Amino acid sequence: MAHVDAERTKRLVEASLGARHRRERLFQVAGFLATTVGVVFLAIFFWTLIAQGYSAFVQTFVKLDVEFSESELAPAGTLDLQYANFDALARSAFREYFPDVTGRSDRRELNKLLSVGPSYAIRDAIEQNPDLVGTTVSMWVPAAAIVDMLVKENIDRNLPESQRPLTDQQIAWVDRLIERDALDTRFNTALFSNGDSREPELAGIRGALMGSFYMLLITIALAFPIGAAAAVYLEEFAPKNRWSDLIEVNINNLAAVPSIVFGLLGLAVFINWMAIPRSAPLVGGLVLSLLTLPVIIIASRAAIKAVPPSIREAAFGLGASRVQVVFHHVIPLALPGMLNGAIIGMSRALGESAPLLMIGVVAFIVDVPSGFSDPATALPVQIYLWADSPERAFAERTSAAIIVLLGFLLLMNLAAIIMRKRVERQW
Amino acid sequence: MQTTTLILLLGAMTFIAFYLGRSRSLATVGGAAKLAKLHSLPGYYGYYAAIWVLLPSLALVLLWTIVEPRVIVALIIKSLPQAEQDLSAGELNLLVNNIRNLATGDVVSGDISVLLREASVRFQELTATSRQLLVTLTLGFAVFGGAYAYRRIAPGFRARNRVEQVVSAFLIAASSIAILTTIGIVLSVLFEAIRFFREVPVTEFLFGLTWSPQTAIRADQVGSSGSFGAVPLFTGTLLITAIAMFVAVPVGLMTAIYLAEYSTPRIRAITKPILEILAGIPTVVYGFFAALTVAPFVRRAGEAIGFDVASESALAAGLVMGIMIIPLVSSLSDDAINAVPRAMRDGALALGSTRSETMLRVLLPAALPGIVGGVLLAVSRAIGETMIVVMAAGLAANLTINPLEAVTTVTVQIVTLLVGDQEFDSAKTLAAFALGLVLFVVTLGLNVIGLKVVRRYREAYD
Repeated sequence: MAHVDAERTKRLVEASLGARHRRERLFQVAGFLATTVGVVFLAIFFWTLIAQGYSAFVQTFVKLDVEFSESELAPAGTLDLQYANFDALARSAFREYFPDVTGRSDRRELNKLLSVGPSYAIRDAIEQNPDLVGTTVSMWVPAAAIVDMLVKENIDRNLPESQRPLTDQQIAWVDRLIERDALDTRFNTALFSNGDSREPELAGIRGALMGSFYMLLITIALAFPIGAAAAVYLEEFAPKNRWSDLIEVNINNLAAVPSIVFGLLGLAVFINWMAIPRSAPLVGGLVLSLLTLPVIIIASRAAIKAVPPSIREAAFGLGASRVQVVFHHVIPLALPGMLNGAIIGMSRALGESAPLLMIGVVAFIVDVPSGFSDPATALPVQIYLWADSPERAFAERTSAAIIVLLGFLLLMNLAAIIMRKRVERQW
Repeated sequence: MQTTTLILLLGAMTFIAFYLGRSRSLATVGGAAKLAKLHSLPGYYGYYAAIWVLLPSLALVLLWTIVEPRVIVALIIKSLPQAEQDLSAGELNLLVNNIRNLATGDVVSGDISVLLREASVRFQELTATSRQLLVTLTLGFAVFGGAYAYRRIAPGFRARNRVEQVVSAFLIAASSIAILTTIGIVLSVLFEAIRFFREVPVTEFLFGLTWSPQTAIRADQVGSSGSFGAVPLFTGTLLITAIAMFVAVPVGLMTAIYLAEYSTPRIRAITKPILEILAGIPTVVYGFFAALTVAPFVRRAGEAIGFDVASESALAAGLVMGIMIIPLVSSLSDDAINAVPRAMRDGALALGSTRSETMLRVLLPAALPGIVGGVLLAVSRAIGETMIVVMAAGLAANLTINPLEAVTTVTVQIVTLLVGDQEFDSAKTLAAFALGLVLFVVTLGLNVIGLKVVRRYREAYD
């Protein structure tokens, strides 16, 4: 009987084998497809980002032969810039290209091709070199965003006139400028030297970068020492009791609390209770340090745990006190790992925006902050603000700002990887 | 003197104190040759002196900067005529602000009266006096502290133990900051939420079906009665979370399985960093991508097959959020699967099961609790996610489970209620804190359970 049963089992198994192997292959294919989802998404993501953003790093400039007329800049014989109309200088220089444009409304249409930027450039030039008065100088100044978009072919010429921001007449004017070699595409310095602006051609990320920089400075100055000290205490000093269990559970949970809740905490405690000014990097830095503290503590504890007990025992054996063991032997060995955790925490803080919206970092701020209590915005928040703007030129700049942000994150993560390579030592 | 200068000066004094303390300790025993007579190494005497210089004076500066503005304002108010003192809290606050702005040279709202001018002069005087007092007191504290420590230095003095006590106190203080943060979150959210619930009943908030958080500025305003029924927000949050989980759980789990069981080391070496990149992209960037690329795509795709898709559909936000969460699910599943003892896997393979059968019938059931814990953490992450939904989901509080319509979420409403200038004690702003409380409680619950389950099953097989 047993013999017959074995035969039957064998037959059954062989009969089902095809189906089972098909299922096996199906499962494997499903796994492969799932794995590609992330990869494909990332490829599409970077492709659209770069395709949209690379053009923001260059900008269309227009050549103006600016006459620094005495009547405008030095009406009383000496240089007097208080009432000088730089805009008029820029416009009259621009109109040189179009002697045939005379009507008021035509001129207004024409002026829309010129940004308000040239007037600043002219003022800077005369302030740096007052001798320019009475001379005519050839300057390259940024053109208006619509011209920029047309030159970069982000605006389709073939659309009906009502569906594009430029009229046929304006396009003809731009073409005339191109013919006369008065337009040129150059590196977009405004993007890195200016603060925010309502005019896309003048908007830059410098204000946001500086804001982020000040915030991160406060974050690293607070979160790293406190986080490292907390980790040292929990690993090396804390008695195993309820209190240290509570702290441990608490830190793990804090790491998973939604970041926006930290924003609520910052609003209620730092702004309403402590009366720290809104929008200041100080309050942003404080909130971000609370946010990164758990990350740093968890990473630092792992680094301290990795130091083998034999090091401690040897130091104890030579008569060192507990504090000496920790500060002279454990911490120096764990430091690369702790710094690694600090960098991970910082890169999280750099990308964080939700809690900053709560504490007023979201305002429109033109000036580049120069201290911890100036109103400021942060790079991710600037991205959020620009993403809301309808102009095509801002969409391009948003992508560029994202590329810059991701570049910084990449640098930080590279530093962390290098640090990790140094940590991975065999004892 | 500026506070920064003061602190720099204190720093210099601390350094000097360290060197004085160290050389004093050596001097008491008569030079480095008789070092053994000292209880502690000379450096510890230096640290001891430095601590006495720095800590008391720094504590004073800190206390001063917190207390000073309040005291000055109180003194100014006290010196005002009785009529002004009797003003309502808001008007008095405005007056004090004007006085302060005039004193510091900022813009003043309204006319500058004689009263205002006098008060601002007094304000300047008080500030100047307070500055002088602070500098004198701080430097006095530093010098006296240093002198006290210097005098106590003697061969038998246990300097190391003292210094170590201070160090341990600092370490304990640092580790309790995490606890303080949690307490701070709970208290700040709870207090404002209680104020909100005084105006709007809890039951209406939790079970009401309409959300339209307008509050009247004037009593006769049109549409003045705000309604704070948060159910549409909860369903919206759950809908987007469900879509995200629908993407993230199968994809994350299958990715973990494929990488653990099937892939070549090369593919693993390429894919793992890519997943790490996905986890490291800031959420605001995901939000930008969701709003500008995915949402129009979903809309066009929907139109192509005849569906009417809202431009801010829950689907777009949920899909991108799901992709964002894939790395979290896959790494936690990977941990859970790897925690299952190898013997179980080998046993199943030895009995002739295919690799997929081993996985589906042996490893996954054994790892299931760990995976469920990981999914709970992922759900908590999705519920609390803000930027993607702020940028890609709508503001309209629709009570629907249709993923093609626009819904709003708890986090979106918190942001829209609190961004911009508002009166802080209106029901509208307080509602944000009530939502924050719900968000905190729910995510905390999910995290506590999730972390516990993940940890327990990791330990169970160890």
